[in-house]
Amino acid sequence: MTDVAATQKKVTLLSLLRESPILVAGLSILGFWMLVAIFAPLIAPFGPNQNLVPMAPPGSRTPDGRLMLLGADHLGRDVLSRIIYGGRTVLTYAPLATLCAYSVGVTLGLIAGYKGKWVDELLSRFADLVLAFPVIVLYIVIIQKFGASGLNILVAVTLASSPGIMRLVRGVVLDLRTRAYVSAAQMRGESTFYVMFVEILPNARGPLIVDACLRLGYVTITIGTLGFLGLGIPPPTPDWGSMINESRHFAMVFPHMAVFPCLAVSSLVLAFNLIADGLRELSLAD
Amino acid sequence: MTQPLLELDRLSISYRTRRGAVPAVVDVSLSLNPGESLGLVGESGCGKSTIAFGIMRWLAGRGQIVGGRVLFEGRDMATMSPAELRHVRGKRIAMVFQEAMSALNPCLTIGAQLTEVLRFHEDVVGPEAERRAKTMLSEVRIPDPDRVYRAFPHEISGGQQQRVVIAMALLANPALLLLDEPTTGLDVTVEASVVKLIAEVSRRFGTSLLYISHNLALISRVCERIAVMYAGEIVEEGPTRRILTAPIHPYTRGLIACLPESGADKVARPLAPIPGQIPAPWERPAGCFFMPRCAYAVPGRCDVAHPPLIDDGTGAQVRCVRADEIGPERVAGVAGQPPAAAEGISVAVDNLSKDYKITPPGLRGLLPFAEPLRIRANDHLTFNAEAGRTLAIVGESGCGKSTFARILTGLERATGGKVEVAGADLGQLSVIDRSRDQLRALQMVFQNPDETLNPSYKVGRQIARVAKRLLSLGRKERAQRVQDLFAEIRLPPGIADRKPRHLSGGQKQRIAIARAFVGRPDIVVADEPVSALDVSVRAAVTQLLMEIQRAHGTTLILISHDLALVRYVADTVVVMYLGQVMEAGSTNQVFSGPHHPYTELLLKAQPKLDNDQGLDAPVEGETPSPLDPPKGCPFHTRCPRKVGTICEAARPPEQVTPAGHRMACHIPMADLARVQEKELT
Repeated sequence: MTDVAATQKKVTLLSLLRESPILVAGLSILGFWMLVAIFAPLIAPFGPNQNLVPMAPPGSRTPDGRLMLLGADHLGRDVLSRIIYGGRTVLTYAPLATLCAYSVGVTLGLIAGYKGKWVDELLSRFADLVLAFPVIVLYIVIIQKFGASGLNILVAVTLASSPGIMRLVRGVVLDLRTRAYVSAAQMRGESTFYVMFVEILPNARGPLIVDACLRLGYVTITIGTLGFLGLGIPPPTPDWGSMINESRHFAMVFPHMAVFPCLAVSSLVLAFNLIADGLRELSLAD
Repeated sequence: MTQPLLELDRLSISYRTRRGAVPAVVDVSLSLNPGESLGLVGESGCGKSTIAFGIMRWLAGRGQIVGGRVLFEGRDMATMSPAELRHVRGKRIAMVFQEAMSALNPCLTIGAQLTEVLRFHEDVVGPEAERRAKTMLSEVRIPDPDRVYRAFPHEISGGQQQRVVIAMALLANPALLLLDEPTTGLDVTVEASVVKLIAEVSRRFGTSLLYISHNLALISRVCERIAVMYAGEIVEEGPTRRILTAPIHPYTRGLIACLPESGADKVARPLAPIPGQIPAPWERPAGCFFMPRCAYAVPGRCDVAHPPLIDDGTGAQVRCVRADEIGPERVAGVAGQPPAAAEGISVAVDNLSKDYKITPPGLRGLLPFAEPLRIRANDHLTFNAEAGRTLAIVGESGCGKSTFARILTGLERATGGKVEVAGADLGQLSVIDRSRDQLRALQMVFQNPDETLNPSYKVGRQIARVAKRLLSLGRKERAQRVQDLFAEIRLPPGIADRKPRHLSGGQKQRIAIARAFVGRPDIVVADEPVSALDVSVRAAVTQLLMEIQRAHGTTLILISHDLALVRYVADTVVVMYLGQVMEAGSTNQVFSGPHHPYTELLLKAQPKLDNDQGLDAPVEGETPSPLDPPKGCPFHTRCPRKVGTICEAARPPEQVTPAGHRMACHIPMADLARVQEKELT
């Protein structure tokens, strides 16, 4: 008998590129933004809230001769620097919010799918209720009520996304709970908690990881939307959504103020979608 | 000499994978004359299905013909244009796959799907098409062609679906019918009737057959010639009779020796499993592919050069350098052991019943207080399992045997009656209410090797977890226990560090057996433990299960539809039909008769190697819906020995012989014995 495990290939960047160029592309874009966010103070030519020349067009210079590559906004803040610092905001809040939504959604989904009967009925109907509510209205209600802050963004995103995650998990669990290894666990007297989180959850990871990447993209958009509605991270913290919002009055004349943050949001969402597609591709290949 | 209908000329097919090109089929040459039927047997992974897809030039993305030719009616398939190929597929070559349900479009009626074949290949439409479709449905023995013609696939049973697929294949009157495991997943009785049908229609329409299966016994019922495949190549090919009665290649011998012989039991002739497993394409040895598993291998001869396929002069070919040397003797099996002595009652089942409530179909189900429909899955079961011995429960799918297993193991609760184990009634006690000792005492081996182990964890860890839960062993002791068990199931200890997906089906099932025996249980329930495994592996796992059971003195409750296996393993047998016990007794009583008419039907449906007239088994009819079980005797709708209206009106009395043979039938046992005796002579 030869060792099967030994014949397993090591995953290298090159082999990954061959298997799924899409995944590598997505990871590259994400990696780029992560580096930018981490090293923001080193990369950014100006401080994010430093007032220079209002409405300066891209390529113009400050009075002391420094280049403002993407121009400045209506308060004279350098657009490039604000995008670079804004990456920090979105790359902090999007994963955090997704994580919160997942913790709640996965737990409820496991309970609904595994327990079934009236517990499932109750949780599912409640999820329907939330899902039936227009998301934007929901955000406005929450943030108007509790005020715009980072924490409230997490709460809003969790409330809006967890029912969808719950449904996904519930569906996977309904299938997995009939597996013989679940019966075997029950027959050795494992607790409900153990069966749900140790026996079932790891085997649901395939669809969940793909969904999480997609959802990271949605949350990025959501944070942008909230910023655009003026419900996001309070100013003057640089945030791509708020940048678009603040510049919308001048967008016809000075499009650079809105276009570049828009591109930043799109590229990050694209990266998450590419990663999700790539992971799905890889999981289908096996 | 006529031109062969289909000729494979040194066909080689490879799959492109991450490991590079994997040869699935190597240098296969075969020829099939018009009207001839050829069987292709071998374990899973030997390349038999790949050949079928190769013939149709239907290899999905990664498959590729890398050498040789496929000649159909003298023409090279590789030179055909897509349009010609489309004409050949379906019209000249038709195919029947394993899963009938996925071969039929769930959105279209059977009629629409049948007439489409005629419209596409023969331009026949309208009433003429409908007439021909319905005629074909009655040709494939569908009792009510008009109804089935209008039905959707989900509205007919699995056996009928497979018949419809066969009808669809035959509609265009093809010259060649490719059958890829057409009866897998069907009940034995249904399987027997479908196989019979295939043999009949191919004879009537003069269709050539290429029948692919892992089941040698089934193939021998249909085919005139058999080709045995191993690791992508043919190792022996010849007339059916010659292959079955005088197999030469050690692999063919092995395949035959590991089938339980009808009439034999574990004492008379133990199974002889083929050791090891089929090598992966990248692990094939330099010489003979079968050498590592071969009992006749001689170093220096078998491992030097790859043996060619040699004509043996009797119209058969063998790929073995020692073909002339090895005698006709059988491979010796492991010595048999006498049945264990009974040591009292281990499980006492008394009037056990289980009802499932289901929501009525249609709009009525939406009403808040709709009366739920009841399905009686277990109907007043009464029998005992003796301590330290093996009790087998047999019956077709839907007879309630698995429901019983779930009640006994606490995964379901009984609706009525009792199951007594060690003085406690477990019928109402679900797993969460059972004490740790009750859990330890009763464990289970599940059917599907792919679902039985958690794919996320190393197998050693999964076994250790049971030792922790049920025996409260410390870390060191757990590791020791795992090691001991691995020795007992004869797997190298290194396997403990692998995840289930790196293991073969047989290995997974061994681990599952080990897991059941970790806590030294008093009773183990095995639900079809080997039915999903390859024939050669089946024998080894069965052997292992019996050994472990004997070593631990465990009571084994074996649930199976395989009568040959049951006869081989069990000490006592319970035969169930639609939730009721039809017959119960010692293995000898049940198998030597008098038989209950239902047991008789099951016995006749069983595919046998040594059965020349195997095809006359009268096994028509299917299990009625458990939602609306027949009144009186549940079996009266299919019973070939029905005596009259009493069978429809009254539940049959239970007859018991002094020796303990029980039977629920209106015909006195003495009379049954007499008619059954007469039929045999």
